Order: sequence, then structure tokens, then C-alpha cells
Amino acid sequence: MCTNDFNDSKFRELDEYIESLEVKEGSLIAILHKAQDIFGYLPRIVQSHVAQKTNIPEAKIYGVVTFYSYFNEAPRGEHVVNVCLGTACFVKGSMGILHEVEEQLGISAGQTTPDGKYSIDTLRCIGACGLSPVVMIDGKVHGRVERKKVRKLLQIS
Amino acid sequence: MDRINSVAQLKAIQAKPDSNQIIIRVGMGTCGIAAGAKEALDVMVEEAKRLKINNITFVKTGCIGMCFAEPTVEVAIPGQKAVLYGNVDQDKAREIINRHLTKGELLDDILEIKNQYRIALRNCGVIDPENINDYIARDGYQALGKVIQELTPEQVIETVKLSGLRGRGGGGFPTGIKWQSTHNSPSDIKYIICNADEGDPGAFMDRSVLEGDPHSVLEAMAIAGYAIGAHTGYIYIRAEYPLAIARLEVALSQARECGLLGNNILGSSFSFDISLRYGAGAFVCGEETSLINSIQGSRGEPTNKPPYPAEKGLWGKPTSVNNVETFANIPPIFLRGPEWFASIGTEKSKGTKVFALAGSVNRVGLIEVVMGTTLRQIIYDIGGGTKDNKKFKAVQTGGPSGGCITEAHLDMPIDYEHLIKIGTMMGSGGMIVMNDDDCMVNFAKFYLEFMCEESCGKCTPCRIGNKRLLEILTKVTDGQGTEKDLETLKELGHYIKDTALCGLGQTAPNPVLSTLEYFEDEYLAHVRDKKCPSHVCVNLLEYHIVEDKCIGCTACARACPSQCITGEVKGTHMIDQSKCLKCGTCFATCKFKAIVRR
Repeated sequence: MCTNDFNDSKFRELDEYIESLEVKEGSLIAILHKAQDIFGYLPRIVQSHVAQKTNIPEAKIYGVVTFYSYFNEAPRGEHVVNVCLGTACFVKGSMGILHEVEEQLGISAGQTTPDGKYSIDTLRCIGACGLSPVVMIDGKVHGRVERKKVRKLLQIS
Repeated sequence: MDRINSVAQLKAIQAKPDSNQIIIRVGMGTCGIAAGAKEALDVMVEEAKRLKINNITFVKTGCIGMCFAEPTVEVAIPGQKAVLYGNVDQDKAREIINRHLTKGELLDDILEIKNQYRIALRNCGVIDPENINDYIARDGYQALGKVIQELTPEQVIETVKLSGLRGRGGGGFPTGIKWQSTHNSPSDIKYIICNADEGDPGAFMDRSVLEGDPHSVLEAMAIAGYAIGAHTGYIYIRAEYPLAIARLEVALSQARECGLLGNNILGSSFSFDISLRYGAGAFVCGEETSLINSIQGSRGEPTNKPPYPAEKGLWGKPTSVNNVETFANIPPIFLRGPEWFASIGTEKSKGTKVFALAGSVNRVGLIEVVMGTTLRQIIYDIGGGTKDNKKFKAVQTGGPSGGCITEAHLDMPIDYEHLIKIGTMMGSGGMIVMNDDDCMVNFAKFYLEFMCEESCGKCTPCRIGNKRLLEILTKVTDGQGTEKDLETLKELGHYIKDTALCGLGQTAPNPVLSTLEYFEDEYLAHVRDKKCPSHVCVNLLEYHIVEDKCIGCTACARACPSQCITGEVKGTHMIDQSKCLKCGTCFATCKFKAIVRR
């Protein structure tokens, strides 16, 4: 999902997007969504690039990036395992699922494995409460997850 | 798709159903897809092809709300009553074609929607959300046509006021009055915002409406725009709902193509268009002033009210912010009349409410009931009772801002007033059912953790006060709490309620205060006896082996991850409490009920 190279073509793609927008300031969140799509995360170099392009102070951009949980300043793993900790999942034991995922991957929520393969994130409700507890891996929702099935779920080729 | 230039044209294209077509509806909301609806659909299409049945129309609908039985498939054969099947895996999908369609045999797992009244969800699970003609066929955009052609903006507002519709996002503010004050604020430019930032963890009705019936929201926004004098609308939607976003995009482009959005709608002089704005994971953005800040590209922090958004909202212009479910109620009010809507519900709460039923209940899902329905009807008649027949303990409503309803209030009618009276609130309609296995102290802590994480940090009572509450609660669940702490919780909770800046902070102590009121004995057990009656709080828990029940099978000792269970084969085993992780593996492994929790 993410990569560390900051080649020109990626910046060019972002620039084209920014230039296509009519209002720059009101679109900051949309720009950051796009930038995160392109780069995988929002390091300082990308933030200051957006600042230059939009004439929005870099401090404000940093403020916005750190305010919203959807934006990441650190690179994510190739596969992102999202454990839902919404209320319905919590009642159905999602904390246990999270601990199992952490144990299996040897990292804590919010971290990435040293080989860059997996990241664990928690999220608050994707609205699939009927299937709780829910784990989302790379955007695919897995419902009615049991602790003993976590290992199999994580076997991503 | 051709442009529709008049109301007469709109009526003329309402397609007549083909009387020979068998209609098979597959629920393809986020949860249906996750449960395997796509695979079931593929099997049915293939089987129909193999058996050369050509008169089937497959409709990919949104969610019908029966989450406990996903995937769901409805079979409608002309001249027969439609049959709704639950738990349709690939085998069952094959049988639906092979047995139900060809031989007329009914299969197992037939579902029925009982004791519900569907207004907001009227089209969810019925129409294909990606096909505007399906919506038009069910009187879609007729309300907008009527409004533009026959009513003045003042009459539109009057109609909404007469209906008694109140905001479904949580506050319950009368929608007509909100529109009126936005209408009255003088300005050339005004805005309509649809709040689709459904942040309450455990509520998913807005997602379901947007995934199952997006046009109803677009139509209602255009009506609102006409009423207040706005030409631009925004839908602020959570980035966590990719499918809803995709379907909204399809709906928007279809509506524009048909001339139902954009310039000169239905050939009139009224112009209105809508664009999407994405959230980025901040609960506080459900609060209207935060939401407006977020659309403007800033941190989603709330601002003081007044000025209200109706006077100074988005970019300083008068703005009306309404919730998805509120909008979904608007078109029927105009089609069937405000008197009809006002005749449903209780004295001050009109119409219906969608609830997301989850937790320890058999039939988890989305339901829509008339205001004033009792909790007992919801949990037992619609929800099918508590899971595994465990003892009902409480229902949490209103999410992290709400409180709980206990057994004593099972027969109380559910509406805005009654819920506030007992210390909780309607909120967006999440209902989490809890049984004896759920610890109320731990539950309050869960919500408070959520609120502390989501607090934007702008005002002190919320930023620091809620943090202190959480610290005290953690002390209590760790067995370090005192009775004095419980008093502090109450006192501090009330201070925060009175002084925080926005709705998030003001309501954050609610779960704590509400559980303290109704489950004080549980709190006392934690602080006095250092016990958790529900055996949830790990630090207060001990596992013991009952000597005369243990037969020495060694299963627990083999399963124990910390190897703290010792004992000879066929001899009584022992748990070394100093090494026990309290993971509960031994408890789950023992087949002789020889391990108990204390």
C-alpha cells in the first residue's frame, strides 16, 4: 500500500489534482486524502509541498493532519489490519481479538512490523455491527471473527 | 438517460412493472457483501442460466436491516407473496433457483419484517440504489416536483412544521424551525448540509440509507434548498463508508443527467446542486459547528453558539445542517401530507425512528418503529429476545453521549421526552443490549475512553475533566477505588456537563452518571468488595479449581499459556494465582465445570 519513494511523478499527480480544484483552502482535507492515496502516508515533506502549492501555512496543515485520525504521518505496512472497537464489537469481545492480532504479529496497535509487511490499526465502527466482531484487512471486511480464527485470517500471501 | 423537463414527464416515465418477470432482490450493503452476498448472487445467475430461466430480474439492493441473517435474498414471483430468505450461502442460493423457482418448494430460514413501520427505510432492500429509474418508479422525485410546481418556500417550511418532524441525528430539534430560521436570515448565498458523519460507534442507519436509497436524501436536500433559498448543498460523509460514497457518486451523476439536480430542475427556474465532502476520522465532526469547520478545511473544532449556523454557518453564510435520516423522512411528508406524518407517533415525537439493534440480542439489525414503541416490544417482539436467553440487564442508547435503560423502564414508550427524563437520550439511534455478562463500570469506561480520545482539546472541562473521570474509573476497575471516588465521579461529571463548550463534552459524562444512578451496587461491589459481579474486570478476577469436581484430566494445565496450573494426572489441580494471567483459557477448556470465577 505504501512506498517510500518520493519520485516526481507522484508529486506531479498531486499537483495536477490541486490545480484542478477551484477553491484551494476549503479543499485542504480532500487534498490530504488524495495525497495519502498517492504516497500512502503524509510525511513532513508532503505536508510542506502541499503548503507551498496552496499557500496555506504549513503549521495549519500540520494541525489538520494531526487532528484527524485518518491521516498518518508514519508509513503503514503493506497490509493494514483494522480491528473495529466500536460498541457492538466491544460487547462481542473485540478487545480479545485485538490482543490476539497483536500477539500474532508481535506489534501493538498503531505500529508496523519491522519488515514493513503489517500494520495494526483500530477503528471505531464501520457500521457492520450485525457481523460483530469485525476485522477489516486491506479494506475487506471480515465478520463474526473468533479469536482462534485470527491466525488463519492473517495468512495473507 | 434523458433529461426530464417537467413533472408530467417525470410521472410518464414511471415504469410499469413487467408482469412476467420474477424479481430476485439480493441485499448488497456493506454487511451483506461481507457475509457473502456477491457469491450467492453469482451462483443464482449461473444456475438460472444453466436452467435457461430467462424471466428473472436480479436486483442488487441495499440492506434490508436483517443483519443477523445476512446474506438475505427476496424472491418475488408474479402473483405470489414475496419470500425473504436469510443466511443464503452458495448452496442455498442454488436451491432457491432449483427448488423454489422451478418446483415451488419453500426452503428454511424464511424471514418476516414484523412490528415495524418503514418511512425512512421505505426503499432500503427494495430498490437498486444505483438505478435512478427504480427510485422514480416508487414515486421518487415526485415530492420535489410537487414542491417546485405548487408550493412557495414558506408553504414548504409550514408543511415540515406541521408534520412535527424533529432532527434524527440526536438533538431532536424541530426541522421546520431550523429551516425557518435559515430562511429568515438575509443573504444571497445559503447552504444546505447533510450530516452523514455517523460517528456513534454502534449506529449504522445513515450508512444503510445512503447505501440503500441515496436518491431520497438528494431529493430532500433539493427540497430543503428550495425552502431556505440555497443553491448549493454538501454531504459531509465519513471516509470509513466507501460503499456509501461510491453509491452517492453514482446517484449524483444520474440525478444531474436527468435534470433533477443542477440548473433549472424539472424545467423550473430553481437550480440546486450537491457535492460530497469527506470526513477524516473525528467523532466531534458530527457536531454541526465542527462539521462546518471541517468542510472549510480546518481542524474540526466546535465554535460557540450563538451565532447559530442558521445565521452564520458555512463560509459565514446561513446554513441548515440536517441528518441523513431526517432527510429520508422528507419526501413522504410531501407525498402523503403532513397530517399523515403527524398522526404517527406520540404527542411530541412524530413519525418513526430507526434503531440499530446490537449487542446481546438474537435478531441484530436495523429496525424502524413508530415513536412510542416500548423497549420490551423492540427487544422481545422484534429483536427476538436476549442472546442465549441470558438475563437482560440494560440497553445503552444514544451512544457515548447517552445513558442506559434498565429493566424497570422496559415498558416505557421510547420517544425524545421519555428518554431525556430517565437520563439518557435518543442520539442517532444506537441500541446496545447488555446482559449479566456485561460489567456496567467497564462499559462506562469504554465510552469514556472513546470520548477522551475524540475530545478536540479546545475547552478545559472536556479535555481535562473527562480525563480525570477516566482515571478514576480505571482505578475502580483495577480494584483501587474508594467510595469517595464515586462521589467525585458524580460531582465532576455534573461540572463537565454544565461547563463544556460543545455537545461532545457536555454529554461525555452521561454514560458514567447514568450507570452510577442505575447500577450503583455494581460500582460499590468494585470499590467495597473489590469484586466485579460480571467477572469482566480482569484485575478483580480470580480463577479457582473446585476440588471435588476436578477429575485431573490435565486439559486445563495443557491449555494454560502461562503454565501456572499444576497437578498429577487423575489428581486435583491447582492454580498459582501469582502467575495467573486471568486469560480464561482454563475456564473455557474445562469440561467438568471444575473451574470457577470469583
